[in-house]
Amino acid sequence: MKLHEYQSKRIFARYGVPIPHGDVASTPDDAYKIAARLGGRVVIKAQVLVGGRGKAGGIKLAQDAAEAEAKASQILGMNIKGLQVRKVLIDEAATDIIKEIYLGITIDRAARRPVMMASAEGGMEIEEVAKAMPERIFKVAIDPFLGLQGYQARELAFGIGLERDLVSSFTKIATGLYNAFVDCDASLAEINPLLVTNQSGGRLSLLAVDGKMIIDDNALFRHSDLAEMRDVDEEAPAETEARCYGLSYVKLDGEIGCMVNGAGLAMATMDIIKLYGGMPANFLDIGGGAQADRVAAALRIILADPKVKAVLFNIFGGITRCDEVAKGILEALEQVSTDVPMVARLVGTNEEEGRHILASAKMATAGSLVEAARKAVELAQAR
Amino acid sequence: MSILVGKDTRLVVQGITGREGEFHTLRMIEYGTNVVAGVTPGKGGGWVNGVPVFDTIREAVAATEANTSIIFVPARFAPDAMYEAADGGISLIVCITEGIPILDMLKVRAYLDQKGVRLIGPNCPGIITPGECKVGIMPAYIHTPGSVGVISRSGTLTYEVVNELSLRGLGQSTCVGIGGDPIIGSDFIDMLTLFEEDPLTEQVVLIGEIGGSDEERAADFIATNMTKPVTAFIAGRTAPPGKRMGHAGAIISGGTGTAAEKVEALEAVGVKVARHPAEIAELVASRK
Repeated sequence: MKLHEYQSKRIFARYGVPIPHGDVASTPDDAYKIAARLGGRVVIKAQVLVGGRGKAGGIKLAQDAAEAEAKASQILGMNIKGLQVRKVLIDEAATDIIKEIYLGITIDRAARRPVMMASAEGGMEIEEVAKAMPERIFKVAIDPFLGLQGYQARELAFGIGLERDLVSSFTKIATGLYNAFVDCDASLAEINPLLVTNQSGGRLSLLAVDGKMIIDDNALFRHSDLAEMRDVDEEAPAETEARCYGLSYVKLDGEIGCMVNGAGLAMATMDIIKLYGGMPANFLDIGGGAQADRVAAALRIILADPKVKAVLFNIFGGITRCDEVAKGILEALEQVSTDVPMVARLVGTNEEEGRHILASAKMATAGSLVEAARKAVELAQAR
Repeated sequence: MSILVGKDTRLVVQGITGREGEFHTLRMIEYGTNVVAGVTPGKGGGWVNGVPVFDTIREAVAATEANTSIIFVPARFAPDAMYEAADGGISLIVCITEGIPILDMLKVRAYLDQKGVRLIGPNCPGIITPGECKVGIMPAYIHTPGSVGVISRSGTLTYEVVNELSLRGLGQSTCVGIGGDPIIGSDFIDMLTLFEEDPLTEQVVLIGEIGGSDEERAADFIATNMTKPVTAFIAGRTAPPGKRMGHAGAIISGGTGTAAEKVEALEAVGVKVARHPAEIAELVASRK
């Protein structure tokens, strides 16, 4: 689950990371009030869960409250990569910026450790830095039992050539970020950029002006406060509905809807549709068991996509019995009326009974996955 | 012979009194697995399907000499169950549970490595040595004894592949589901190592998917360490970046972990990569 910039920065602030003064507005009027309270120049930032907000025009500077109101009204309602902007963050604009750095923490799957990374190339996406100049990224792997050690944070600070005066505040920020990462069960916590600014009297200081967090969905059971931060406006409605039914669904752009038990088999089914000349409309894993209401919900979700011209059921019965899945499909069809052609491929436990049940539904059946994919592609192309 | 589980396996079921635990215990006993004990805290002294239940792993091991455990407890209690098994003298843990937080798994894996305890999973269907022993939830009847070793990050996709193998008369030495999570106990290389050493295994099928770099590292290992032929399949060629495809570990992030990269890495070291599941069996058959 991704958190918004303002949510991430508020969490970081609780761990001692300095962030700009600011607040969130959902109307231009609120934006005016916040900007007036902050005084001076402000930055207005669209709160949507995609990258590239700046390039899309979702981040603007304003000199005063009146301009902030005007800019907020431009940004609110804007569509950025398919997501409608419903909230803007109004932050005090940073001044006297000397440089921008990157500081982030994620899990290195191969090393099986949380890895903290820093780079002097702040403001750029870390993946781009990794491609263009990997030698500019400094990394430390963290022992999950020990946590981030001071020397590790200092290695990063010296590695990126940070001014000596800032090393101890950098270490505090790095430690805060690591603690936020662990306490929130995050899979990513990132400050980009972390600004080095020149304060009055020539004193240097650090300021986290943008932040990002991704929380491990599997850990939300112990973070009810974070779970409440989920912004369902940012999800495709079908994905929200699927989650409510315990289905794993991802919308794609093709024309053949897929309903499969098991994630790996669901991916293999998408792939074989493409191999035989079609394109999958979705990934969908109905999981174990085959309760009719779940199958019906899955079917409703698939058919709600107007691009879908055929549906392919691919069920490998093991512990799940094919006849029960077939009954689930029939019950689902009673609830959801449609003329979209369907192909069912049921293999495994009680497959004969399952096929017999589906015969009454005038549904095309297939013995092998290859045959099923071919039939589904033919049916879709005939429409 | 075979790998990991067989006639010497003495299994303890953690979470034996739960719905899943009880159901699959019976299926494993029917298959001939030597299920010697169950553990559910607070239910010690009882019996499930003729198997004695203990309050702790330590008691179960002391009374029954269990050497392998299978875990069916819910995700929030599963790390505790794994620590208990490791500290209680179990040498092989198979964790079926899905949904364990990744930070918990980082600690579990580090601890188990330090204790020298092998973990398979989590979020996996388990292990089966056809005709001998099943420590898992896979449908037993699709398996036949033979000489093909199978390693997979998936569940039902593995059943699909095994079914095709069996229909073509290609039996399996052992089939291992290593799990679909980002942090798992044993990876492809661990299993390839065991299959390479196993005299009964003549060739290996590797079923990978998008996410991480386990397949790429396996390719490097195959190039330098495997004499037995390996056939592969990678699921998720059509998966979009940044979206989790069901399994917690199946996600293309930061542009890495794509199916194309994995296929390329495997083909570069001479591994034949099937385009769809049924083709795996064809490729394996062509090597007999």
